[in-house]
Amino acid sequence: MDISKEKLEWMYTTMYRIRRFEETMLEQTFKGNSMGVTHPSDGQEAPPTGICAHLTEKDWIGSTHRGHGHCIAKGLDTSAMMAEIMGKATGQCGGKGGSMHIADFSKGMLGANAIVGASIPLAVGAALTAKYKGIENESVGVSFFGDGASSQGVLHESMNLASVWKLPVIFACENNGYAEATPAWYAVSASDIASRAEGYGMPGVVVDGMDVFAVYDAAGEAIARARAGEGPTFLELKTYRYHGHFHADDPKKYRKPEEEQFYLDKDPIKHFEATVTKQKLMSAKQLKAIRDAVEQEMLDAVEFGMNSPMPDASALYDDVYINYSNPIQGLR
Amino acid sequence: MTTSQANNPLGPGYDGVPGKELRFRDVFRDTLRAEMIRDEDVFLMGEDISGGFDKDTKEPLDAWGGPFAATKGLVQEFGPERIRDAPISEAGFVGAAIGSALTGLRPVVDLMYFDFVTVAFDQLLSNAAKSRYMFGGQTRVPLTLFARSGAGTGHAAQHSESFYSMLAHIPGLKVVVPSDPYSVKGLLAAAIRDDDPVFLVNDKKLINLTGFVPDEDYVIELGKGRYLRRGTDVTLVGMSYTSIACQKAADQLAEIGIDAEVIDMMSLSPFDEDILIESVAKTHNVVIVDEDTPRASMASEFAAVIADKAFDHLDAPVKRVTAPHSPVPYNRDLEIAYMPQPEDVVRTVRKLLGHE
Ligand SMILES: Cc1ncc(C[n+]2csc(CCOP(=O)(O)OP(=O)(O)O)c2C)c(N)n1
Ligand SMILES: [Mg+2]
Repeated sequence: MDISKEKLEWMYTTMYRIRRFEETMLEQTFKGNSMGVTHPSDGQEAPPTGICAHLTEKDWIGSTHRGHGHCIAKGLDTSAMMAEIMGKATGQCGGKGGSMHIADFSKGMLGANAIVGASIPLAVGAALTAKYKGIENESVGVSFFGDGASSQGVLHESMNLASVWKLPVIFACENNGYAEATPAWYAVSASDIASRAEGYGMPGVVVDGMDVFAVYDAAGEAIARARAGEGPTFLELKTYRYHGHFHADDPKKYRKPEEEQFYLDKDPIKHFEATVTKQKLMSAKQLKAIRDAVEQEMLDAVEFGMNSPMPDASALYDDVYINYSNPIQGLR
Repeated sequence: MTTSQANNPLGPGYDGVPGKELRFRDVFRDTLRAEMIRDEDVFLMGEDISGGFDKDTKEPLDAWGGPFAATKGLVQEFGPERIRDAPISEAGFVGAAIGSALTGLRPVVDLMYFDFVTVAFDQLLSNAAKSRYMFGGQTRVPLTLFARSGAGTGHAAQHSESFYSMLAHIPGLKVVVPSDPYSVKGLLAAAIRDDDPVFLVNDKKLINLTGFVPDEDYVIELGKGRYLRRGTDVTLVGMSYTSIACQKAADQLAEIGIDAEVIDMMSLSPFDEDILIESVAKTHNVVIVDEDTPRASMASEFAAVIADKAFDHLDAPVKRVTAPHSPVPYNRDLEIAYMPQPEDVVRTVRKLLGHE
């Protein structure tokens, strides 16, 4: 395996961080400490990790309602994320966005987006900026979206645009088999969504989205292509969400236990651990040290969120516009 | 009509009608069901309205009862042809619904959250609303759409809008906003039976509320408002969930000796100009309460009609209580401040009447 030791450590840290962030965030949600709806992504750690392993802060990603994993893999601070979900002033968006709208423009993260499909053209636009400025080699756009979003017209328009303009963009479709309760086999007419890429003149690759090494390899090729000015690639990452669609959803109502078990057996974190220990790339002790550090980070994130202040009442009126400091307040 | 002060959903003076206390969402579902039984051309489409399908048998599972449980049990009763689960393609399936309406069916579309209407807006504006007019009256579009609006559930900026004013702005489209189980039954039935495209917007905060519903089959005439309470000192104009805020405000005002009249507009396009003028002619003071943002809103439109047609009856300027000109914030305290609360209405009325 030609992945550096540092990169392997980063991958394990990132996947474990995503897993524990989602579990911790759910715990906090059930304790009543989240102010709104949350969509956990545990089980889906491999796609954001394997893809973002190739990215720097100069690359841009677009994300979805199920965006915590993308945020973490792009290097966002878990304390600021937790505080955002708790609606606090110290949150990543000052408590005004919440779980579905976490963004960090300093890290190349264009924002989680709650309108299905809406963030896809934003990543295309980021790739357009790179091409315009002639910096494709150091700034590509990656759009994360689901199997459900693949039915939105805006994806198809975006794919055609990216191909016509030969933009450095990666369409990363996380096919977790479901859009809410609706199975992809019902709602998507192609058995491999990646097969649609051909019609838009770009490579389409089906990837085992439970295997971070497979994702890493496929993404590496796609991103190298983009950086070399060869245009877009479509990756379909077959993955699975362990929890329900949102925090209060019980997936057992529409998924079979055998199916859930099939993916639990392919758990991306366990698979990583087994692979690196077998190949003697990382020791059990090293892995444990990483897990311990992440556990502490989660405790710190919760404490930070809980101890943070609420936003100022005036925040309601801030940032509607840049240069119009007195927008119309509620007529009372 | 008598001048009783009771908060009766049928309006003051309608006591003794047979009926029962029911939950909003159950009434919604039962009304859909009744309309589907009544007319075979009525069918439903929307995301997740079958709640998934069994992998082996391909049978619908109805895991969620549809978004907001509005279609619970319907797929078992009517089957997947008439309860048509749609991929996430709002522009496509709203357009297909319009096409089916132009060719003889009566589609009903569940758009889930009201915010998603923008994905299908071109179809709604350019095709649904204009076909009859631009084709010289040759055709009709008996389409019904419904979706849930409103802040207050921690869904943040992209799932909490109340911009029904954007729809009411469109000639050719009708817009109704129920505010309780009584009005949703009558308005949904009227919308489905109407031959023009009608959009029913229901605030999420209404879904689990209960209220009195008459047993009989009835429709509420599109374009009509109602009195929820009679009073003489000030008119409170509500729509959708703000009609409830107005009733609570009226209760609080009564405690300090202010006798408020409450109007629930129910229809936003067309809307009931007469009820506004009639009430203002009596009370001489009016406060309009709207959760939509204030610029180019229904509150502004109602205020304009009152200023135009009831100006001589006014003792004071027309007041509006609305959301600020901003998206909906996530933080709960900010979200509460965003929505017009009964206390905001009371404060505005006291100021208006010099009762401070
Ligand atoms: C335009 C739009 N339509 C519908 C929804 C409601 N909705 C939110 S998530 C979701 C399912 C999305 O499925 P998928 O793209 O597969 O992502 P996943 O939830 O599986 O991560 C739906 C229908 C929405 N948010 N936006
Ligand atoms: Mg999915």
